[in-house]
Amino acid sequence: MANQSNYIKLALPKGRLLPATANLLADGDLGFKGYTERTRQYRLQSRNLPYLAAKIFREKDIPIQVAIGNYDLGICGLDWIEELLLRYKASAVAKISALNYGGGYVYAAVSYKSGISNLDEFLARQRNWRIVSEYPNLAEAFALSVRMRRFRIFPVWGDAEVYPPEDAEIAILGARNRRELERKGLLPLMKLLPTKAMIIANQKNLNSKDLGKVLNCFASKLDDKEFSLSFEELGRKEGSIESLPRPELKKVRLALPDGHQLPPTAQLLKRVGLNLSHYSVEALDYHPSVDLDWLDIKVIRPQDMPLQVANGNFDLAITGRDWLLDHVYRFPSSPVVELLDLDFGKVKVVAATSQEMPVSTIEEVKQLLQRGKLSTLRVASEYVNISDKYLCDHHVSPYKLIPTWGTSEAFLPEDADLLIDNTQTGETMAEHNLEIIDTLCESTACLIGNKESIVSPDRKEEIDFLIQMMRGGLA
Amino acid sequence: MESQRCKGMRDLLPDDMRRFRHIEDTFRNCCVKWGYREVRTPSLEYLHLFTATGTLTPSRLGRAYSFLDWNGWSGERVVLRPDGTIPIARLYIENLSQQQNARLFYVTDIFAFEQTGKENRERWQCGVEFLGGAGPMADVELILLARELLHNLGIGEVELRLSHAGLAKALVKELGLSPRGEAEMLGRILDGDWQTWRKVKSNNLELDRFLASVVNFKGKLGGFLKKVELPASQASAELKSNISDFTDIVRLLDDLKCDYLIDIAAIHGFEYYTGVCLQLFYRGEKIGGGGRYDELLSLMGSKNMPACGFAIYVEPVIKMLSLREDERSESGVLVKAGERTPGVMEACFGLAQSLRNTGHIVELDLTGGRASDYRWVVSVSGEGSFVIIDRKTGEKREVSSLTQVVGMLGGVD
Repeated sequence: MANQSNYIKLALPKGRLLPATANLLADGDLGFKGYTERTRQYRLQSRNLPYLAAKIFREKDIPIQVAIGNYDLGICGLDWIEELLLRYKASAVAKISALNYGGGYVYAAVSYKSGISNLDEFLARQRNWRIVSEYPNLAEAFALSVRMRRFRIFPVWGDAEVYPPEDAEIAILGARNRRELERKGLLPLMKLLPTKAMIIANQKNLNSKDLGKVLNCFASKLDDKEFSLSFEELGRKEGSIESLPRPELKKVRLALPDGHQLPPTAQLLKRVGLNLSHYSVEALDYHPSVDLDWLDIKVIRPQDMPLQVANGNFDLAITGRDWLLDHVYRFPSSPVVELLDLDFGKVKVVAATSQEMPVSTIEEVKQLLQRGKLSTLRVASEYVNISDKYLCDHHVSPYKLIPTWGTSEAFLPEDADLLIDNTQTGETMAEHNLEIIDTLCESTACLIGNKESIVSPDRKEEIDFLIQMMRGGLA
Repeated sequence: MESQRCKGMRDLLPDDMRRFRHIEDTFRNCCVKWGYREVRTPSLEYLHLFTATGTLTPSRLGRAYSFLDWNGWSGERVVLRPDGTIPIARLYIENLSQQQNARLFYVTDIFAFEQTGKENRERWQCGVEFLGGAGPMADVELILLARELLHNLGIGEVELRLSHAGLAKALVKELGLSPRGEAEMLGRILDGDWQTWRKVKSNNLELDRFLASVVNFKGKLGGFLKKVELPASQASAELKSNISDFTDIVRLLDDLKCDYLIDIAAIHGFEYYTGVCLQLFYRGEKIGGGGRYDELLSLMGSKNMPACGFAIYVEPVIKMLSLREDERSESGVLVKAGERTPGVMEACFGLAQSLRNTGHIVELDLTGGRASDYRWVVSVSGEGSFVIIDRKTGEKREVSSLTQVVGMLGGVD
């Protein structure tokens, strides 16, 4: 193995940038076998360069991993780099160059149904806006730059396009082009920045290591142009667009999950006789219609539901108890309550360490810290608030929380010491050589509601009807 | 050992605090004499107070410590106070708006992120706000109050630089930009970037020359009036009225023999200023600033209300103050117990209390080995004897009763 100080670590993206990045690496003769869309591997070793290793991450994790110095180089979209730098200006991330792929932009867009045609009209319409985005920091920069007076940002895990106009006035989201947004029923008012692929480096390692030999392999694909945050106004200047009738909000609003929880939720609803059109993995409409004229349904991420129910966008939602807990730990006075245990989608939220680490309880992890074997415990988790509470309750100190967006198990052992994640059978954990050292809670799918709206006289009857209906469907 | 203090935060040690308290006490005495009353606002405020156009510029907002509170599920963000004036305006609107005017002062910390972590991210200021204060007399009152305060702190040769936000805004308007372009340019100017100005030209060469000469002007009223009088016929009513407001203030300062320097480009940092802006410098370092903000209260949803204010920055002023002898070395007493018997310990506590009752600062030396920075050291021993050393004169006396010690040391006024 090459000398550690000369070893170069590269963070590679999953998802939209993967195919073009794989070609780039192949053309540069870096030879990473197994960097494909279907891979189940996370760690890759260059066949040609013995000192070069890579790991696969979600795009939004990459700037953070490079900034903290776990990786010397990374490839990801400019959008995620700016999202980090806007909030953490002193991050040690150096933008080396843009690559000639990954086109698209982050847009600020409104629903066509809103009848708004440009930014000035949008800003003149009201004085208290709801902004939905996977990029909360970009969203804040946008709001401040256009001088919105009062705004609320709803950070979401995905599907930002589903929210306007009922649940947010504007979405800040990425898209390949205008047409893609238009197909989703959105009108872009502003282009915030390109989502082009970029090569980034850790600032400190850029000065102390010889990264040039790897960077040279990319030379032919570099894009000389400078890309950065520059807000460009879009929309239609002349005259209003054809004003569609603003949709009337129905009496009761229910949020249903996509992803793993979709099939069992669909089965439950079928069992209780609630007929939805296009709520299945094969044919998913994010706004499925239902045969109850007072009920409006949207499909969103389960992680985002407690916040959406808390702020009154939805009266009811089906999500996991894990996400409800994560929400309530962060916002103890939140009006969200569990109404019904639906008894499917059972998982355990556990703490796990690498099998290489000589511990089998959290107390033993603490001892490693006390004895100085670990300087800081690095904890990777999707459940930021559950993790924070667990670590505080156990007086673990010091620790650093690394928020992740899925596939957190890949972080151990190099990039984190402890994982807090959910597991059904523990098999995936074992596959990644992880050992479960504690169970934090058990979680099943549940029906949650806003405790104020469920007693509201104008919809109490309908909400009770739905709760009873779902209760009837439980075995 | 690695520091455990947060980056950009600062500890104030006893000597710093002595200087800090001196500034605060001097400030408080001054303000009270001018009829101002003290208030204090909370450290947390809603972000939206600071986001309206005409309050803080986007670059300042980008450095605010904003976050979601424990009940922030609604998405409403809060901030650690990023500015001193806006919370006072809110306090007035919520609590005192039945009053025609309110003269208020405060000592507060404000928070702004600073990238390197080497500068303070929490800064203290002593501020004064005159809500309802209209016209040149109110502006001049604040200028004189600021000068008196600095004089009382013993900081002489303070340079007062004057500009006028209304005038600067009117000058930008003369360029005929779009409303958004105008707002962007003002934002840059307020962030200290006058270079922007040079890049933009109107279609009128004479106007450009006039604008450049006003922007670059540094001097007294006479020279300023010559600069602005030439194309006055072409100037807009807004420009004229701002020039006349500025002239009235400066003329009054001339009459009062108050020294100043007109420097139109010396306008910095706050979008809410509408009239005269003042900046105070001592040996090249900025130690305070302020100005008139007639539109802020109406922007925050209140009735129209003229207002002006200034603040003195505590950190640079602390560095300029020399430490005077304190009460310890003038009349303080260190009481040492010769031995730890119950009788001696009781005598020590009894003596200390009697001396405190006569106004002395008294510290008990529990270890017996403490070096003294007090005027007197009194050692108490077993047989009811007291040895008194006056460190000022070097004199040493031995007495046999507590009353004699109190009598010797005398009272403190």
